Amino acid sequence: VKDTLVIGGREITNRLFLGTGKFSANRLIPLAVEASGAQVVTVALRRVDFDNPDEDVASFVPPSCILMPNTSGARNAGEAVRLARIARAAGCGDWVKIEVIDDQKYLMPDNDETLKATATLAAEGFVVLPYISPDLIIARRLQDAGAAAVMPLGSPIGSNRGLRTEEMIRILIAEIKVPVIVDAGIGRPSEAARAMEMGAAAVLVNTAIATAHDPVAMARAFGQAVAAGRTAYLAGLAQPSDTARASSPLTGFLYE
Amino acid sequence: VRTIQITVNGRAEKIEDGLSVAAFLERRRAPQPVVVELNGAVLTGEERQQRILRDGDRLEVIRFVRGG
Repeated sequence: VKDTLVIGGREITNRLFLGTGKFSANRLIPLAVEASGAQVVTVALRRVDFDNPDEDVASFVPPSCILMPNTSGARNAGEAVRLARIARAAGCGDWVKIEVIDDQKYLMPDNDETLKATATLAAEGFVVLPYISPDLIIARRLQDAGAAAVMPLGSPIGSNRGLRTEEMIRILIAEIKVPVIVDAGIGRPSEAARAMEMGAAAVLVNTAIATAHDPVAMARAFGQAVAAGRTAYLAGLAQPSDTARASSPLTGFLYE
Repeated sequence: VRTIQITVNGRAEKIEDGLSVAAFLERRRAPQPVVVELNGAVLTGEERQQRILRDGDRLEVIRFVRGG
């Protein structure tokens, strides 16, 4: 049976979403995409520096991928809406990751402003994936406002601290109908696998891959971990027990 | 040559009067592709060709960069 994740009418078979921030060179991006199998890739929007024009990062993302621009830099709903419209004008589709942040120490998303931006953009036909602090009530409101998924943080952006919000994410997975995608903080493949075992629909990983000693090999490791965690979730995990349960038969011993 | 003052990506610039947005971008050797916002509204390619920059215009020239 094909295990697909459908978001915004697109069928996705690889549940690792890849962020492109912090790669030391653009040429590593297509290699990481290929090694991981990622089908959804994030980018950001910034002003052109006329004195030092960078290469166009979108041209390094394989055309088969879904490009998901984020609204990083937005401090309120209005700025996020503006960035989303600019992103759509670039002609790379309707997907947008809403990221509204006005806290520079922990980069915590502003859930209230994120909800406002999501409602506006969903009504304009965007496929909206909001980055949030994991909270059931805001996740329900986002779902009602037309969010295509919700993306709770595991721990602060770029912190590599893993699934510190695990219990809150479990509640979202249990209660929210749209896909729950763990975004931010995942530092190792084992943490990505754990999120998938919990029933997350996908994970978004950036820093842990892009800043690894070998980003392409790490992309491959994350792709494998996400696939393994998903398979384990679908297989149904065996229950833990406080005491031993013998694996071998307790009858027919040779010394009886 | 008569000059006007516009704001480009947040910085004031004096430019020659009579340039279209597209001509200005070419003169400034803007990379391709970019999204252009003029006074808060995104311009189509055709609008960039036709719209002549005026004194006080606010131009934003934006593109995709690496991000998570």
